[in-house]
Amino acid sequence: MTIYSKKSITFVAYLKVYMLIIKWLMQFGRYVLLMQRVFTVPQRWSVFFKQVIQEVYKLGVDSVGIVIFISVFIGAVVTMQVSINIKSPLIPDFTVGFITRAVILLEFSSSIMCLILSGKVGSNIASELGTMRVTEQIDALEIMGVNSANHLILPKIAGFVLFVPVLVFFSMFFGLLGGYFIGWFTSIISSETYEYGLRYWFVTRYIGHSVLKSMVFAFIIASTSSFFGYNVRGGALQVGKASTKSVVNSSVLILATDVLITLLLV
Amino acid sequence: MIETKHLIKSFDGKKIIKDISATFEQGKTNLVIGRSGSGKTVFMKLLIGLLTPDSGEILYDGRNLPAMNKNELNALRQKTGMLFQGSALFDSMTVMENVMFPLTMFTRETRQKQEKRAKFCLERVQMKEAADLYPGEISGGMMKRTAIARAIALNPQYLFCDEPNSGLDPKTSLLIDELIHDITQEYSMTTVINTHDMNSVMNIGDKIMFIYEGKKEWEGTKDEVMNSANKKLNDFLGASDLFRKVRELEQ
Repeated sequence: MTIYSKKSITFVAYLKVYMLIIKWLMQFGRYVLLMQRVFTVPQRWSVFFKQVIQEVYKLGVDSVGIVIFISVFIGAVVTMQVSINIKSPLIPDFTVGFITRAVILLEFSSSIMCLILSGKVGSNIASELGTMRVTEQIDALEIMGVNSANHLILPKIAGFVLFVPVLVFFSMFFGLLGGYFIGWFTSIISSETYEYGLRYWFVTRYIGHSVLKSMVFAFIIASTSSFFGYNVRGGALQVGKASTKSVVNSSVLILATDVLITLLLV
Repeated sequence: MIETKHLIKSFDGKKIIKDISATFEQGKTNLVIGRSGSGKTVFMKLLIGLLTPDSGEILYDGRNLPAMNKNELNALRQKTGMLFQGSALFDSMTVMENVMFPLTMFTRETRQKQEKRAKFCLERVQMKEAADLYPGEISGGMMKRTAIARAIALNPQYLFCDEPNSGLDPKTSLLIDELIHDITQEYSMTTVINTHDMNSVMNIGDKIMFIYEGKKEWEGTKDEVMNSANKKLNDFLGASDLFRKVRELEQ
């Protein structure tokens, strides 16, 4: 049996980390190069606007249902959990509404909702572009002299970034409404107290923060998924893998960016 | 006319295209034949600029493709039509929209004029009735015909076809072959076709180039191919029943 020295094991570990960093940097370089091709003037503005509208519908409007559904339930659960866990004679009841508002407005409607959307929208974009790649549709665009990256990716990024604030507003409204309903149905908090809590010490700019964050996250989702979909090589199996990669990478990037933006905005 | 001079392309240090010099003439259907894995597809990708050669020249009427700047390349691509092996029609568009696409992107004509041109192209390939269908709703042969209509929408000077008959029945293959041949003469295009279909060689091969392991092994017309003394070419052709029978009959 070969016994490796501690030094050689450490060396191999360092080498693996080094290789991983190099691989990540190369991937990031390819992403930047792709974005350079994406952010150019569209060849035909009329075609571009038409595509943006289609993408708004496909990526945004189609997600309204799931956003409302999830927001109502999360709003209700947050209200219940807060109400159960902070029951104390020292803490006023309206704190339940106050905390629910803070959670929904500051984190859920932007960050968590975008994490959920990275699954739906991200996989949709990656699989669409991946399929176009493996069926040579992207090559066909290139042969025609169309900048395929700009033609296919820019409308997706623009459409999703523009529509995501609407989804955030829907999420905020229905999240808070979910909390209201659960209080009303279960009597864990009265409607008046909940409303008072929602209005208490309300800082308007938090809505702006949330919208700004969601727009950054929407860019991350659309561009990362496009990157993985656009660069698929192989067949159907690789399209599936690209779809998974896009969701994982978008989620990691969203979480890391969330910390960064929160630090900057607080 | 398209010319290649001393074209070389390697992948991971392995030479796939080994010094190919060839000429593809205008108004003729130029066939590139060879076994699977012989380098035909790489050669075509080099010709259309999807791959960059390690060395050598690709001359489109005297202008070297690898040396072209972005604008020149875009201008050239608008004069190029391509028929992919899998048709490469846009799934999200109808047959009509697919043919309209290059017109919408590159012409400044009115919508009515673009539609008129698209309808003319669809009529030329006998696909007018299927104009409102999506690619998923039509057969392989119809997809190929739609792709031809899209390829000729902008009146291209150069047409490239990668395995145009793959996955088609013999009768549809013949129809596609004749369509490509007629269109080539009608528009006086320089057409290059990658194929290993011997029916195509016999039907429309105005000029044939045989690639063997990345090298140009033989070049000639369809009449010359029958009497060639090239052993590698004969081995390749000998695998085709049709060819064997034609030769037997001739002898």
